[in-house]
Amino acid sequence: MRIFDPHIHMTSRTTDDYERMAAAGVRAVVEPAFWLGQPRTSAASFTDYFDSLIGWEPFRAGQFGVRHFATIALNPKEANDPRCRPVLDLLPRYLDKDAVVAVGEIGYDSMTPEEDEAFAAQLALAVAYDLPALVHTPHRDKARGCERTLAVVAESGIDAGRVVVDHLNEVTVKLVRDSGCWLGFSIYPDTKMTPQRMVELLREYGTDRMLVNSAADWGRSDPLLTRATGEAMLLAGFSDDDVDKVLWRNPVEFYGQSGRLDLSDLDVTAAVDPQTGNSILRGGS
Amino acid sequence: MTPDSLRAALRGVPDPDWLDAALRRVTAEPTAITRLFPTAGRRCGRAALPDAPGWTADDAARVLLLTSLPGDHAAYAERLYQHGDAAERRAVLRSLPLLPIGAAGVPLLHDAIRTNDTRLVAAALGPYAQHLAPAAWRQAVLKCVFSGVPLAAVADLDTRADGELAAMLAALAAERHAAGRELPADATDLLDRLTAALPREA
Repeated sequence: MRIFDPHIHMTSRTTDDYERMAAAGVRAVVEPAFWLGQPRTSAASFTDYFDSLIGWEPFRAGQFGVRHFATIALNPKEANDPRCRPVLDLLPRYLDKDAVVAVGEIGYDSMTPEEDEAFAAQLALAVAYDLPALVHTPHRDKARGCERTLAVVAESGIDAGRVVVDHLNEVTVKLVRDSGCWLGFSIYPDTKMTPQRMVELLREYGTDRMLVNSAADWGRSDPLLTRATGEAMLLAGFSDDDVDKVLWRNPVEFYGQSGRLDLSDLDVTAAVDPQTGNSILRGGS
Repeated sequence: MTPDSLRAALRGVPDPDWLDAALRRVTAEPTAITRLFPTAGRRCGRAALPDAPGWTADDAARVLLLTSLPGDHAAYAERLYQHGDAAERRAVLRSLPLLPIGAAGVPLLHDAIRTNDTRLVAAALGPYAQHLAPAAWRQAVLKCVFSGVPLAAVADLDTRADGELAAMLAALAAERHAAGRELPADATDLLDRLTAALPREA
């Protein structure tokens, strides 16, 4: 099983996690810029964080054979703090970097006017830098937040196929599916989404435009739940090819739209024989 | 390695026209380097250059962008380093001996040597490290040994290694042996050479 985790905060994880992820088949990750638990109080604090996402963290990942990419943005929660707003002016220089494959996480936390402004400004940056966008949906008032999110996305002029709306669940899945955006699901030990519930959603809505991530961070989370979801899919009767599509080819297709997803020299072999279309290998373990 | 030989080695890159245009533009309009510099890896690739051993296409292209600037080399190098990802920083470090900046780039070496990114530590110990003071240079060489960077990355190793470095290597060897571990072979060889060459103290 080859796995591309399209949303995981490796900055908060240990080298033990990298080892276990590599052993489980994780070969590539995208780390979105987000909040760190402790609120930041200046733009300089963000630049050190962003520099780490395009410097030290890819180096750390590389020691375990994992390719590390990032998305860069001012997150919605800290967009509300005037001391952090100058970060918006620093983003352009990061959006030119090789390993930055989207603008994100943007979107809503508490749906304030400040968040409106930062969200719209950063969708415009995604268009200007020809990058996809990773959109976080709020944990409180999620359904209405999701509606409002899709309205702002539509208004921005960005192609829906270049946007993933993340942290979806049974209540928000259909709305986003009908919008033409990609659908992100964060599999958590017992909150946002579980492997079993994910399997049900894949049964009902199919595998197109579906992205499964662990969103593992500094809270209770598990970087191996991508793999667990793949195994749950197989047990439920999905084919190896279905699993490969959801856990590898979909994220490659979505982030590949950046033109910057360099997966060369990575230890993965095509999971499907181009001659027969049959699954021939599931790299890693 | 000179800019001309890097230029020749880059002839076969995927998008040579992009590089030609970028170099001309930087000469005419220096501030354009800010956005061209991060883009170089995507346009020129990152493959090893057969005609320039030890160089990759992205490193070489970025070094040429810097050498094509009409002036202010030190200020541009510092800014591109501070705003760069790890690959850009490595390229800035490798450009330093080819820029007319004297010792102005030394603070960048210190920054790189402070990191734990072995690619940056190695790049900081190229020919430009002649400007590093002996104590800092010895610490950096020892850091290479400690973190597994091959000593082949260190310019002027044999001419610069001295008794003090030998003592530091011997102490590290003693620590390693006490723990049942070995020094890397290249470090053991260096220590042997230094021990053989140095006059024994009475």
